[in-house]
Amino acid sequence: MAILRYALYRFATMLLTLLVVSLLVFAIINLPPGDYLSNQISELRATGQSAGVAKAEFLRTEYALDRPLYQQYLIWIGFIPGPHGFSGLVQGNFGWSFEFDSPVAEIVGDSLWLTVLVNLAAVLFVYMVALPLGVLAAAKSKTWVDYSSAFVGYLGLATPNFLLALIMFYYGHKYFDLPIGGLMDPVYEGEPMSWDKVKSILVHLIVPTFVIGTSGAAAMMQRLRANLLDELGKPYVETAIAKGMGPARMLTKYPLRMAFNPFVADIGNLLPSMVSGSVLVSVVLGLQTIGPTLLTALKTQDLFLSGFVLMFVALLTLVGTMISDVLLVLLDPRIQYEGRET
Amino acid sequence: MTELPDGRYVDDAPYDPDASLQTLERRDLDAPNMVLVWRKFKQHRLGLISGILLLIAYALIPFAGFIAPYTPNERHSDHLYAPPQAVNWVHEGEFIGPFVYPITSEADLETFQWVFVPDETRPMKLEFFCEASSYRLSGLFKTKRHLFCAPDGATVFLWGSDRLGRDVFSRISYGAQLSLTVGLIGITVSFVMGIGFGSIAGYFGGRIDWVINRVIEILRSLPELPLWLALSAAVPSNWGPVAVFFIISVILGILDWPGLARAVRAKFLSLREEEYVKAAEMMGAGSSRVISKHLLPNFMSHLIASATLSIPAMILGETALSFLGLGLRPPAVSWGLMLNDAQNLASIEIYPWTALPMLPIIIVVLAFNFLGDGLRDSLDPYSS
Repeated sequence: MAILRYALYRFATMLLTLLVVSLLVFAIINLPPGDYLSNQISELRATGQSAGVAKAEFLRTEYALDRPLYQQYLIWIGFIPGPHGFSGLVQGNFGWSFEFDSPVAEIVGDSLWLTVLVNLAAVLFVYMVALPLGVLAAAKSKTWVDYSSAFVGYLGLATPNFLLALIMFYYGHKYFDLPIGGLMDPVYEGEPMSWDKVKSILVHLIVPTFVIGTSGAAAMMQRLRANLLDELGKPYVETAIAKGMGPARMLTKYPLRMAFNPFVADIGNLLPSMVSGSVLVSVVLGLQTIGPTLLTALKTQDLFLSGFVLMFVALLTLVGTMISDVLLVLLDPRIQYEGRET
Repeated sequence: MTELPDGRYVDDAPYDPDASLQTLERRDLDAPNMVLVWRKFKQHRLGLISGILLLIAYALIPFAGFIAPYTPNERHSDHLYAPPQAVNWVHEGEFIGPFVYPITSEADLETFQWVFVPDETRPMKLEFFCEASSYRLSGLFKTKRHLFCAPDGATVFLWGSDRLGRDVFSRISYGAQLSLTVGLIGITVSFVMGIGFGSIAGYFGGRIDWVINRVIEILRSLPELPLWLALSAAVPSNWGPVAVFFIISVILGILDWPGLARAVRAKFLSLREEEYVKAAEMMGAGSSRVISKHLLPNFMSHLIASATLSIPAMILGETALSFLGLGLRPPAVSWGLMLNDAQNLASIEIYPWTALPMLPIIIVVLAFNFLGDGLRDSLDPYSS
């Protein structure tokens, strides 16, 4: 029962955090001087298209952009009624994209799921790579296995993500015939889910997953190795060896379980950087996630679109962190339910 | 090992009466901390080499214009996308010192590319300490002197030229000025904010601690890059390159401080109960004095090590921002901006040298990582 209470508590704090984040996001997207519509209005005035001006003015009142900033914020969130009653993020209305001239929900649409998919795949990749390599590096510490894995890890940390993406793409296509660009074959775009479409997405996921996951995997591997080495120096390990326990069994029975915690706990640190990475890599590789959308929205000052994308990205990391926190409590009963001090 | 007649075993090695003495000598115990740290750091080979490398790199920054044969925005319109030129020493079995073959461009009308043909009959010797296009040394003295330049009628593109016929080598050496300093400015901002907020939270505790802690948690839980993007998109487009450079560095620093503040806060929480802090307070020291004179020096070295480890993230951040077109803007030159040219697969395939700026990025980032690791390991000279 206590775990349920903790989960509820964690959920409540997440909502509060999200509220603060929304304030932050709104402040940031309103930082640039001017906004999309006033830019457009002055441009239309300059070229003498009065019909367009009327439309822009209409949109301005329609989306309450003529009101004071704090009211705009509250309307955007959905706490006070706008020109059409309550219709903000809370009510599931994400606003209007001026740049694309259609509702935000329509533009982001599928890309939300693809964003989640890409990040999920990257997290899985990190676990699958970091676990065996980290254990191996710790068990064979100060041998060539250790050094070479550390070297690869460092290289992964030091290479800019986007370049790694380009290079992997180039060589992946040249030698392994991996597809270039996008998250699926153009044929399947807009098609309903089918086995072939899933297969196509999976093949397209290989390079992005690798690129996004490498630096995270390197960091996590190092941490797992350090934790395991700490555990291996403890007296109970010596006792186990002295009593004649085989090295493999000894390793998996005690120290590994102890060193496992950070694996779950670290998601909170890992996720923000991975989501960052996925935004960047998506832009470079032309994946249909919200990364490229965010970039265009920011460049054109498309208020509601960039606001929504930023909120979504924040939500993604916050939910991930929350899940990992709850999992951690399930995994390690020693951790107190009421607020961890780390 | 010898077996005595009575069946006992005795070691053959001569008895060394000093063996039981501790290797740690009196001199070491009295040595200042810095000496011990340095001694230990010296053993960390990789860290030492990285440190020296970085020192050299930063020391060369003011002389970027001198090392580069061309100025960063000098265009050679008949040498677009010229491949890297080799500097040769021996011409037809005869040693004549460093020289280049002049290259001429021809249009290949089948692939629509420029083809560069070196004229291998005319070796042209490189000139040293020669006069070429004028620049400002360290941004101050106007001069025309370059370390080396091509003789008249030839070009020297050590690492090729880019889309507009600008020398990649020269641009990399100019780009170092911005790309290397962006991390330093960013880390200064992050350092000041981190120590400020961290020490306030850790020293005073209570409600203010709670607030700062929540802010730290929220900022840490957000993905950095989208926020960086959003903040740099807010930089007005009519600002000059220098102003943009500063504001970008500050933006990079603003999102980095929570990690540092957290470390500072944790240290403060454990140190503020120590006797010497109590003593200082009882003798009437104000809180700012206690923080700056008694507490901060205790773990300043640790902070510096962790700061070293977060500089790479900023260098990579600047690269990513500039690459996406939201960071520095031309005519400024940075490694990230240069990579902007290598953004598509075509240039990677046909003109791989446009992606060369990745090498200095990787080297610098690795060096900072190793240096930080070395510092961190050697900061505790008493542990074995």
